[in-house]
Amino acid sequence: MALSTSILLTIALAPLVGCLLAGFLGRFIGRAGSHTATILGVAIACGLSFYVLYQLTAGGAPVYNQNIYTWFDIGNYSAHVGFLIDRLTAMMMVVVTFVSLLVHIYTIGYMADDDGYQRFFSYISLFTFSMLMLVMSNNFMQLFFGWEAVGLVSYLLIGFWYKRPTAIFANLKAFLVNRVGDFGFLLGIAGVLYFLGTLDYATAFSAAPTLVGKTLQITQNTHWDAATVICILLFIGAMGKSAQVPLHVWLPDSMEGPTPISALIHAATMVTAGIFMVARMSPIFELSETALSFVMIIGATGALFTGLIGIVQNDIKRVVAYSTLSQLGYMTVALGVSAYAGAVFHLMTHAFFKALLFLGAGSVIIAMHHEQDMRYMGGLRKYMPITWITMWVGSLALCGVPFFAGFYSKDAIIEAVGESHRWGANYAYFCVMAGAFVTALYTFRQMYLTFHGKERFVVVHDHGHGHGHDAHADHDEHHHVSHKDDHGHHEAGIMHETPKESPWVVTLPLILLAIPSIIVGAMAVQPMLFGEWFGSAIHVNEANNVLGEVGKEFHSWAAMALHGFTQLPFWLVAAAFAIQTYIYLFNPAVAERIKNALKPVYNMLNHKYWFDAVYYIVFARGGIALGRALWKGGDAAVIDGVLVNGSASLVDRIAGGMRRLQSGYLYHYAFAMILGLILLLGGYWLVGQ
Amino acid sequence: MFNHLLSLLIWLPVVGAIPVLLAGSGRPNAARWIALLVAIVTFVLSLYLLPQYNAGNAAKQLVEDHIWIAGLNVHYALAVDGISIALILLTTFVGILVIVGAWEVIQTNPHQYMAAMLVLEGLMIGVFCATDALLFYVFFEAMLIPMFILIGVWGGPRRVYATLKFFIYTFFGSIFMLVGLIYLYLKAGSFDLATLAALPLTLKEQSWLFFAFLIAFAVKVPMVPVHTWLPDAHVEAPTGGSVVLAAVMLKIGGYGFLRFSLPITPDAAEAYAWVVIGLSLIAVVYIGYIALVQEDMKKLVAYSSVAHMGFVTLGIFIAFMLVRGANNLDAAKLGMQGAMVQMISHGFVSGAMFSCIGVLYDRLHTRQIKDYGGVINVMPWFGFFYVLFAMANSGLPGTSGFVGEFQVVLASFQANPWIAFFAAFTLIIGAAYTLYMVKRVLWGDITNPHVAEMKDINGREWFVLGAFAAAVLALGIWPQPLIHLMDASVTQLVTQLGNHKI
Repeated sequence: MALSTSILLTIALAPLVGCLLAGFLGRFIGRAGSHTATILGVAIACGLSFYVLYQLTAGGAPVYNQNIYTWFDIGNYSAHVGFLIDRLTAMMMVVVTFVSLLVHIYTIGYMADDDGYQRFFSYISLFTFSMLMLVMSNNFMQLFFGWEAVGLVSYLLIGFWYKRPTAIFANLKAFLVNRVGDFGFLLGIAGVLYFLGTLDYATAFSAAPTLVGKTLQITQNTHWDAATVICILLFIGAMGKSAQVPLHVWLPDSMEGPTPISALIHAATMVTAGIFMVARMSPIFELSETALSFVMIIGATGALFTGLIGIVQNDIKRVVAYSTLSQLGYMTVALGVSAYAGAVFHLMTHAFFKALLFLGAGSVIIAMHHEQDMRYMGGLRKYMPITWITMWVGSLALCGVPFFAGFYSKDAIIEAVGESHRWGANYAYFCVMAGAFVTALYTFRQMYLTFHGKERFVVVHDHGHGHGHDAHADHDEHHHVSHKDDHGHHEAGIMHETPKESPWVVTLPLILLAIPSIIVGAMAVQPMLFGEWFGSAIHVNEANNVLGEVGKEFHSWAAMALHGFTQLPFWLVAAAFAIQTYIYLFNPAVAERIKNALKPVYNMLNHKYWFDAVYYIVFARGGIALGRALWKGGDAAVIDGVLVNGSASLVDRIAGGMRRLQSGYLYHYAFAMILGLILLLGGYWLVGQ
Repeated sequence: MFNHLLSLLIWLPVVGAIPVLLAGSGRPNAARWIALLVAIVTFVLSLYLLPQYNAGNAAKQLVEDHIWIAGLNVHYALAVDGISIALILLTTFVGILVIVGAWEVIQTNPHQYMAAMLVLEGLMIGVFCATDALLFYVFFEAMLIPMFILIGVWGGPRRVYATLKFFIYTFFGSIFMLVGLIYLYLKAGSFDLATLAALPLTLKEQSWLFFAFLIAFAVKVPMVPVHTWLPDAHVEAPTGGSVVLAAVMLKIGGYGFLRFSLPITPDAAEAYAWVVIGLSLIAVVYIGYIALVQEDMKKLVAYSSVAHMGFVTLGIFIAFMLVRGANNLDAAKLGMQGAMVQMISHGFVSGAMFSCIGVLYDRLHTRQIKDYGGVINVMPWFGFFYVLFAMANSGLPGTSGFVGEFQVVLASFQANPWIAFFAAFTLIIGAAYTLYMVKRVLWGDITNPHVAEMKDINGREWFVLGAFAAAVLALGIWPQPLIHLMDASVTQLVTQLGNHKI
């Protein structure tokens, strides 16, 4: 049965309605009303998205591609709002709405004590709407709309706790770094319009082969290949949104936002928009080997080097954040070797297990009363078994242990890179292979520090003797101190009650995410990677078909997993497991000794390769200094000082001089007359000579 | 009545100012209500332009033509096309909002303030209707008087410097236009714009005329380097004055390019398009950096206006490169439409930004960014509007600020990717200066105890900001109606660009 427009509109708009209800009427409908409205909206979208996916796979529905309304229409150029629903889109819709729904439910528990409850629900529903508009788009204009709209919501959510200086620094940084990417993206779209004459996907993709041989004049004698320029510009957009080196710096800071959105936006969905976009644009990217090499090298660099930073982080969320950067690198490498299906497959499995890890980390943070430093955790497994087990599931999936979802997608990427002969593929292969080891290192370290080993916090029950009882004289000072502690309301390592498992609204999403983290890889690997599941949505040139090569050795999901046990990636993970088990369970002093022995390396990782420091000095400080110089030097000194006020004071001076001539004294005038007479006569006499 | 609709639109607010004045300072409420009534009636009448106007026809419509000064063959000639109508609607829309916005804010002689606003509104409508160059010039200059009074009487502490700078700057510019018009009159024997457009002129003549017009309109827009009156004027102007100045008066510069430079001196405009394009790009980048370091909110938004108006001049003049260089009419239309949409959008966005600053100023009596911080804690509704308009100012898709810039960047790329490169830089720098201000004003904890006492916006302010918000969103979500309204006129303009005069 063909997909109906009204169903698709309902999917996109139901979350928007929820957002508006919670946002504008939140005060009237209350907390319960707000979360009911938004959850209902997203649940409708989620249910219908599953229906759409079902229709497209089992129901035999054809690909839907229609415009809803005309945004502008000028001559031959037009832009529309419209939907293109094929299997790639439908898969994204399911992932987005499913994770979003679970995050909505989880938020009931996580944000229970927050004043901005309704506002938070409104934002995450707005995000869901924006993300759906992005993935459902059938043209570049709407893609850009969704692209920037998710950026807006990300800005609002990172700065959700707007009193925190770090949060409002991070959200500005995130928005601006993303804008650097969007700058390239917009130029890429302009290039598409210039060379292909349309903003519509289907038309542009069918015209894409005409790009071959076309060039763009850069200077008098420099011409660049059109496809390469377009692809790199578009990819710069993806580098911003999907946090690729060197535009990755915003993502770790985005952890300032509440944990549910770290899971939804900064792990599972929004940051994968760049991956989705490149996969969607595969007919164009396939035309440029250069651009794909560029994509591959950027991705490989991120996969390994951002993962390394994760090893030295102490904040539980930051470990997961760097892990996300690294995994986004894996997806990007896959794009770069033309294994688009592999990238999208990893995007899907990653969405489940990474959302799980973030929400699990959030559950730990609730139990620890907003302590995020793993140095003050340890031994939590006996207090919160559901969180513990589900996070292990997520971790094993992340490490790519055979049979878990992450294994299928990650192993396929590593093998695909191994098959690639593209320029730089050897470097990429090294990075993704070493990255597997690094992933396991930080993941197991995180799990041990959090859930295993000794408890590194003490529980002090202090009912009865609170502040203010001690001495009335100290009242002011006490008041001051407790005010300052408002955010953390604890000292590091001191808990006022025993940690306990989170409520069901928190653990249920963990369980519901753990299930796909185990099974979805095995279920989907055959059709998605090696079958024709994506159909026409993804286009790969026969010569570049590395997944086809990998697929020749594929027999079944079970055989693939069993074979995985004999492969290098698995043994790297096992080695990392052994190392971390020894260090964190048996001999914690070793960690400190390694750190001291490798001080320079540790410093480099701890300073995140100094990216942030350099950017801050060059772009933030430098931009301000440049602005000040232009303002004081250009506008104030030259234009206003010399030209405007200068000419005004010139007029003033001339007028002042003229005025002195009109003194009113008769003898001045008489003198002037005589002088004039002499000059006149003298002049005549001179001329006469 | 509809035979004289344009006259009615011009003179209703001007004549309506008389009873407002007569109400006197003794009856301020009467003055306010009469002014509001006049503004609303004018707005409603301007809406009648839409059914009266045939958007499929590029010809000037609703023509009125009477001899005004027979000896000089000067006509009182009015007519509109789609572009004029869009700008008239913007004027009448903003006209209501500035009256409501000033309601109890202006306490000294509100009747005079309201009357000056109405006169200003009428004269600006006159500028958009005039098809006789001298009539245009009269409206163009007369408009300065009420604005001069608005800034000079109700302005801030340095208002005298600011008014003089504003007046002399713009007057200096328009003198050149007058000389140019006199020259044209001596050649053509008429001030009729259509006649002047058809007048053959050598490239040398065109060049002189082009620069005369350029100076006049560049000051008005304003373009770098003749923009420095704008920040001073804005800083000293009362809120309503800033709103009208940014929302409508600047557009008259862009409108002037369309009505004078393009049709009368097309070949010179082609030859010197690079000058205007270069200055427009400088406006985006150079002014963007200057806006980044402003400490006064009004100055910041004033500089941001200069940067955004750069897209208007860029969009207009990129069309020359596209029509004459590449014969790419569709791309030229895209750029021209982008410039027009940007004019209307900037009217909404800058008007809204200045209204927001006015809301803050009314409470704390300072425009310095450092005096604020954490406003969202006490004014959540205000925060909603402020973020919305800031995002529109940063060109976020879904708001009107995106549409024009998107179209101009797309069109520029077709002429030369480097032009698009510098134009697209606004994505970064525009977001930087706008959101850096938002960060320091809105977000954060309250540090200034006076901020803690600020009250959220009242119903009147809600109305003003809500109306701007509706316009910003409507245009951002569905620009096609506006584009359709102007399509025939833009097509005709672009086609004319191809006509050489030499």
